[in-house]
Amino acid sequence: MPLDLNTYLGIEPDALKVYSQRAEVLAANLANADTPGYQARDIDFRAALASAGSPGSPLTPVTTSPEDVTAGSAGGGLTTEQFLKYRIPLAPALDGNTVDSQMEESQFAQNTVRFQATLTFLNNRFSELSTAITGQ
Amino acid sequence: MAFFNIFNIAGSGMSAQSVRLNTVASNLANADSVSNSAATAYKARYPVFQAIQTSLMSPGAAIDPTKGADASVKVSDIVQSTAPGAARYEPGNPLADANGYVYASNVNVVEQMADMISASRSYQNDVEVLETSKQLMLDTLKLGS
Repeated sequence: MPLDLNTYLGIEPDALKVYSQRAEVLAANLANADTPGYQARDIDFRAALASAGSPGSPLTPVTTSPEDVTAGSAGGGLTTEQFLKYRIPLAPALDGNTVDSQMEESQFAQNTVRFQATLTFLNNRFSELSTAITGQ
Repeated sequence: MAFFNIFNIAGSGMSAQSVRLNTVASNLANADSVSNSAATAYKARYPVFQAIQTSLMSPGAAIDPTKGADASVKVSDIVQSTAPGAARYEPGNPLADANGYVYASNVNVVEQMADMISASRSYQNDVEVLETSKQLMLDTLKLGS
């Protein structure tokens, strides 16, 4: 039975994509910590990951501009736009900014650790595979 | 790849914060500057930050949550404070006007110091985000080895 690498790796590659996009959203929040009127956003992780793999899902590469390389492009339009939600502010500032730097930073740290955990899982999968191939 | 966008986003944040530090430096340096008229006295400068969506590339447009996750910062303007500065009676000052008054700047030193700390903390946040993203990218490159 031929091995399907996508099935073998499971949900991890999709999770990696969502984590990297969440990192982008959190980085945008942190960069705009002092911008008046900026409203903090985050990704609905559960919904984003649940839609992974299904056709037409935001995690399936789509082309957004003519310069995009079509299949499996690294810079392609992988988007989780529809899962972007505004944060409910704990203490909105007078200038309309809803970024809580401390919270964003802790979320960013959490996201980083999860990304690294997923990387470790993937690495283990690959080393299992290479053990199976070389037989040692 | 989302991580490449992070470099742009955090970079824009760093440059915006450094503009803010710049204005703080110039405000603090001129805190004791005096002038011979209220109109020419030094006025505190403040940068105006604005979020722009790089995927839309239209500064000033409202952030559309359905059009991409990225939002960089841009210094859209530098405004001068309109607060009145103090007029001091210093007839011995060579810059004094006919009535013996010199006009001080309207810089609030305490406010500037607080602004400076806020700017440097935000800058450090951006550097940290950049560092972490770089590490994650490098780790991803080493995947499977």
